[in-house]
Amino acid sequence: MIKIKNLKKKFDKNEALKDVSLEFNAGYVIAIMGPNGSGKTTLLKCILGLVKPDAGDIYVNEFHVNGNSEYRKHIGFMPQYSCFPENLKVKEVMSMIKDIRGNHCTYDEDLIKLLKVEEMNDKQIGSLSGGMKQRVSSAAAFLFGGDIIILDEPTAGLDPVSSEIVKNKIIAEKEKGKLVIITSHIVSEVESLSDRIIYMLEGRIYFDNTKEELYKLSGKDNLNKAIASLIEENLGSEKL
Amino acid sequence: MTTLKILKYVLYDVLRSKMIIVYTLLLFLISFGIIYTGKDVSKAVISLLNIVLLVVPLVSIIFGTIHFYNSKEFMEMLLAMPIKRKNIFWAEYAGLSLALSLGFTIGIGIPLLMYGGAAGSFFLILSGVFLTFIFTSLAFLASVLNKDKSKGIGLSLVIWFYMSVIFDAIVLVLYFIFSSYPLEKATIIVAALNPVDLARILILLKLDVSALMGYTGATLQHFFGSAFGMVYSMGFLMIWAVMPTLLALRVFNRKNF
Repeated sequence: MIKIKNLKKKFDKNEALKDVSLEFNAGYVIAIMGPNGSGKTTLLKCILGLVKPDAGDIYVNEFHVNGNSEYRKHIGFMPQYSCFPENLKVKEVMSMIKDIRGNHCTYDEDLIKLLKVEEMNDKQIGSLSGGMKQRVSSAAAFLFGGDIIILDEPTAGLDPVSSEIVKNKIIAEKEKGKLVIITSHIVSEVESLSDRIIYMLEGRIYFDNTKEELYKLSGKDNLNKAIASLIEENLGSEKL
Repeated sequence: MTTLKILKYVLYDVLRSKMIIVYTLLLFLISFGIIYTGKDVSKAVISLLNIVLLVVPLVSIIFGTIHFYNSKEFMEMLLAMPIKRKNIFWAEYAGLSLALSLGFTIGIGIPLLMYGGAAGSFFLILSGVFLTFIFTSLAFLASVLNKDKSKGIGLSLVIWFYMSVIFDAIVLVLYFIFSSYPLEKATIIVAALNPVDLARILILLKLDVSALMGYTGATLQHFFGSAFGMVYSMGFLMIWAVMPTLLALRVFNRKNF
């Protein structure tokens, strides 16, 4: 579904991605983790075409990502921060997205109903709280039923009830055979949602394993301890 | 088509922004005040000219830069959709320029119309609209060239200060140094290097007040006559609106968000 080959990206002297190669298939939730500045957002932005890589290739559904925009009709994206113009009403934002992406497909309005987005219809984006904006953002990301869904910190700022609704939606989409890629700092969330965890550090893939593999490799029984133990082990061996 | 669809929502957003409303009201009050107290609409046009030449570029370039940085996340969201980059750029640029031009035209135009208008009123508004498009374009150029918001605003302020203040000082110094040479042709060429000068010439040629035109305008009128001077000014104003926009679009197309 998504193939990334030898991706490199440098911002001035800072190497954000150092020869990253990955492959993502349909029907999985993939979590990309790592500290700030590890390259995870740059990787997502390369897939979305927001950042142009210095070297390497990305294929989305066999389509070579090379400055074209057509391939993005397969993708639903939720950014980390609310991104809609402050003076637009919620209903205008929804019709804007429908207008821009074309009114030819059927919409997945599950989250609009479950997250009670319609109740905010006449409010301007600027008057909403951070959590309310995120509810609008998540509803918009799933609206088009794209077969690839990319969510940057999907539950950050959401209240527990909305967060649970979004998590259930992610699992439901995976079960429909879609590919969901999330970035998150919340280990418990990653543990409950993802099938595969990619940990990035300084622009490289530090490890790329399923949860079960991580438990086995580290000898720990929860993800937080497993990740900490693997990082310590690797740092220790690097020092030696 | 896609550009027009995005443009509609950019206009909805910008026209509701407090800054545009305040800008329109402020221009309205200033224009109304000047015309009402002076009673002579023709003289008011000249007073308004000085305000237009100073305020319109400043508001356009600063509001344009702030708008660009504030819309960064929105543009990222649009860029993640099946839309070409150039559609997003044109929609943002046209939306902002049109909204600012509308605010300006209402703010200045209504008081002028209320008092019956005057020679030069139309050209005053035309120059203001040109300056709005030009300085919004320069704002976008400064913004795409700088990832950091404060650097972008800083560069915009420098551009405005250069065009509105420093340029005239440099020209005066040059004329003083080379005063023993014939400078007519040089004056005309130098005027084309600054859109604020071109806008001033465009209005003053129409008003036929050569005493107020300064050296550049007087030479231009003498050299070309009003009609050709106007075509010359408008042609270069058009170039000033198009060139930075195309340059900004080129950078925008290659930019990393």
